Amino acid sequence: MTNHFTDIANADAVFIIGSNCAEHHPISFRWVLKAKEKGAVVIHVDPKFSRTSSRSTFHVPLRSGTDIAFMGGLCKYILDKKLYFADYVLDYTNASFLVGEKFSFKDGLFSGFDAAKKKYDKSQWAFEKDEKGMVKRDKTLQHPRCVINVLKNHYERYNLDTVSSVTGVSQENLVKVYEAFAATGKPNKAGTILYALGWTQHTVGVQNIRLAGIVQLLLGNFGVAGGGINALRGEPNVQGSTDHALLYGYIPGYNNLPISSWKTLEEYQKANTPKTVDPLSVNWWGNRPKYIVSLLKGWFGENATKENDFCYNLVPKLDPGQDCSHLFLFDRMYQKKIKGGFIFGHNPCQSFPNSNKVRKAFDNLDWLVVGEVFHNETTDNFRRPGADPKKCKTEIFLLPSAYRAEKEGTVSNSGRWHMWHYKAAEPLGQSKSMGDMFVGIMNRVRALYSKEGGALPEQILNHDLPSKFVAEDITKRINGYFTRDIKIGDKEYKKGQLVPGFPLLQADGSTSSLCWVYCGGYTETEGNLAKRRDLTQTPMQAKIGLYPKFAWAWPMNRRVLYNRASVDKNGNPFNPEKAVIAWQDGKWVGDVPDGPAKPMAQGGPYPFIMCTEGHGQLYGPGREDGPMPEHYEPAETPLTVNPFSAQMSNPCMKTVHGSEYDVLCKNGDPRFPIVLTTYNMTEHWCSGSETRNGNGLLEAEPQQYVEMSPQLAAEKGIKNGDVVIVESLRGKVEAVAMVTVRIRPFTVMGKTVHLVGMPFAFGWTKPKCGDAANRLTTSVGDPNTTIPEYKACLVNVKKATKVTEL
Amino acid sequence: MSVSRRGFIKLLGAGTACLGLSKLGIDLGPARAYAAGLKIEGSKESISICPFCACCCNTLVHVKDGKIINVEGDPDYPISAGGLCAKGAALKSLHTSPERLTKPLYRAPGATKWVEKDWDWMLDRIARKVKDQRDKDFTLKNESGVEVNRLETVFSLGSSQMSNEECSVAHQSLRCLGIVHMDHQARV
Repeated sequence: MTNHFTDIANADAVFIIGSNCAEHHPISFRWVLKAKEKGAVVIHVDPKFSRTSSRSTFHVPLRSGTDIAFMGGLCKYILDKKLYFADYVLDYTNASFLVGEKFSFKDGLFSGFDAAKKKYDKSQWAFEKDEKGMVKRDKTLQHPRCVINVLKNHYERYNLDTVSSVTGVSQENLVKVYEAFAATGKPNKAGTILYALGWTQHTVGVQNIRLAGIVQLLLGNFGVAGGGINALRGEPNVQGSTDHALLYGYIPGYNNLPISSWKTLEEYQKANTPKTVDPLSVNWWGNRPKYIVSLLKGWFGENATKENDFCYNLVPKLDPGQDCSHLFLFDRMYQKKIKGGFIFGHNPCQSFPNSNKVRKAFDNLDWLVVGEVFHNETTDNFRRPGADPKKCKTEIFLLPSAYRAEKEGTVSNSGRWHMWHYKAAEPLGQSKSMGDMFVGIMNRVRALYSKEGGALPEQILNHDLPSKFVAEDITKRINGYFTRDIKIGDKEYKKGQLVPGFPLLQADGSTSSLCWVYCGGYTETEGNLAKRRDLTQTPMQAKIGLYPKFAWAWPMNRRVLYNRASVDKNGNPFNPEKAVIAWQDGKWVGDVPDGPAKPMAQGGPYPFIMCTEGHGQLYGPGREDGPMPEHYEPAETPLTVNPFSAQMSNPCMKTVHGSEYDVLCKNGDPRFPIVLTTYNMTEHWCSGSETRNGNGLLEAEPQQYVEMSPQLAAEKGIKNGDVVIVESLRGKVEAVAMVTVRIRPFTVMGKTVHLVGMPFAFGWTKPKCGDAANRLTTSVGDPNTTIPEYKACLVNVKKATKVTEL
Repeated sequence: MSVSRRGFIKLLGAGTACLGLSKLGIDLGPARAYAAGLKIEGSKESISICPFCACCCNTLVHVKDGKIINVEGDPDYPISAGGLCAKGAALKSLHTSPERLTKPLYRAPGATKWVEKDWDWMLDRIARKVKDQRDKDFTLKNESGVEVNRLETVFSLGSSQMSNEECSVAHQSLRCLGIVHMDHQARV
């Protein structure tokens, strides 16, 4: 989230799309309702009518997978009617930047596309620069290649007729949403966009969110109270686990894992450190070398020296373009290229798409270590229905895990609040924390390497790993220490002191930090700030529900990101009633500003400090599939023509082909005419592997169902409560039919398209509750993130003649 | 020091309860106070955090004789103000569920059942598996002869259920084995 939960109450318009927050983030919805009580319009755009819809001002159903068409129409509406916040757009976004001459867009493809590699040459989308390296700008916004005109041109095709016919949303409903949200383009109005997995789990997931970013920049909604783009993250510490990068291609703090072409630390730093010649751009990522060296010092301790490149060579390196995410991992596992592994608190045999493939892939492992609180479909996959355990060769180690109240440490909520939780009770039975498990395994592996040697032992032995897991010691190491006595400015710091904040991290080895964004959260003077429980506020902070002394938020306790964009060039809030920061008597008051520098009118920097050129990116040359979002159909679509272009699906989407399950319907396949979308539930959490063990929860939501419209049910001769078979090209699932007006048929391109929806929380380890809906979904992913497309695929439904799963 | 919202509610609760009951003409105050106190009387209270969605609702966990006897929302957490959803409300039953895994379990190749093993046996054997696999499959150089120092045949998945401290140790441990197939729920 750029903002945070309590801030939602400040919005004049709450736009919920790709989320059913009343049911899936129930507590977040308190703040939506508070905004509504104060007069905000609440808009819910989602295929299904839900409890979120029922409490919204209006609900607009759209066909799953058509969000870019919908939002592109909004973009056009704002631009055509000049409803954008003109000063903000001119001064704070890259609207006036000139796009280079090599950029073009023809019939669904941007310039630079290599069809064989399914990849773009992104250099063709670069901005035009002058001889000094400054991006050329036309502040009159007249030049045909300046960003705002390129944007206008791009979304010209997204007229109400086309958008309506693709999305299945009536023109009346489109205008209703566009008008309500575009009204926040005024300086004293704010609109927030809330999304969740309904937006990310598409082959265009990243571009869905990019387009929300574009809309929010046009309306001047970044940096302000009640604004921003706010991911309602679905997992308890998924913010923290992302910060600490449990992701193949990254190392902690949003830094790339080295690849083989960056042979030395210097080459890594050069390739990963953006440069600008504009003195007014903060270009915060210019500090990356400090964070990398501090991380290497945190990892390798005294062994990391300037002379040995801080042990850079001991960090594993990928080859360029090598994808080791879930999608490719399971493909390689299916092909017997993966031999063993670890799973901690994760149930991919239930929660990963195309789960028939995943379940079979696991049979190929020689060994598997699982840390879990309960048995689930992954721990017990060897004895799944239809499998012969005697034929499964895998040696499985199931380690009992302590549950949350039995351990201490920090987690980070979706709004980046870094919070301490205490150990209330000892772990049940012999269970242990996952930290203890890792340390226990690594102590033994290190002892074996010390004694026996082996493959590159120094990669293991040169690491400064704890020999005992003490959470608060790690909190300090994450924050970071000075590794020697050092003078910065006129201030002296001693070896072993905690670094007071990431602006003081150094690239010379004099500091360590295991994740730079958390540096500043544990200080010598105030201790562990994640433990703070102080609810005091200044009157200014109270007005916008800011609690700066409750816990701590990264970065540097800033609660609203890009808050320098909430003030004009003189530092005066655009909306004085809901000021986030203000320049008063020569200093900033309110939230922690994005840097202490003076306002722009006094020579201060541009507000978007993480962007290389300091401006919000209406046009962003960095993504894999284009500098601006374009509508493509899901990998499986009921259509045979995409009216926006000849390009049906995302030309760069990731696909795998390692098994007979990796099949996709042809466009408009008559065998599978119905769109399936999947979702979470209030009573069950994600794959359900924990919550199905809560008797009250299982009683409340006992079994797999499929929601469908009365019209579809009538067509198929299905009655409410009948058991049906939902079938895709990849699998079959039994489900109880829930015939409901919550789902309506869509009129798409003049034809009726039906949609059905299923939760994915029910698995075979609890008898008679059904089994994975993910046996139906596809093995395709977004080109930027490889997040799979759970939210749209094609199925058919029929009445079951025999019931085995329910 | 300021009065926390929770302290304030406690004071307020005591006052309004008496007022409401006196209107009825029957003084149930002492009985109700006794009933309310009984459940968590003599317990130790700790602040924890719900392990489900990223609202991260703070909870108060009451423990007596080493057992969790009550979990409720923390009124001082500004986001929830003491509220919990259905899942959060089930936290006590989940923590104390008889279905919990409480002992290390081992499943041998081809076996149809789990057998109990002690931690040392499990961890020793896991360490041996990891070392043997790494020694066998480690890639020092890629096909172009460039140093890559990675292990491609061993993977790790999870977890956003870990604390930041556990994530940090997990990441470091996995990279120090050379593991590159590493992913978790941020992508699913």
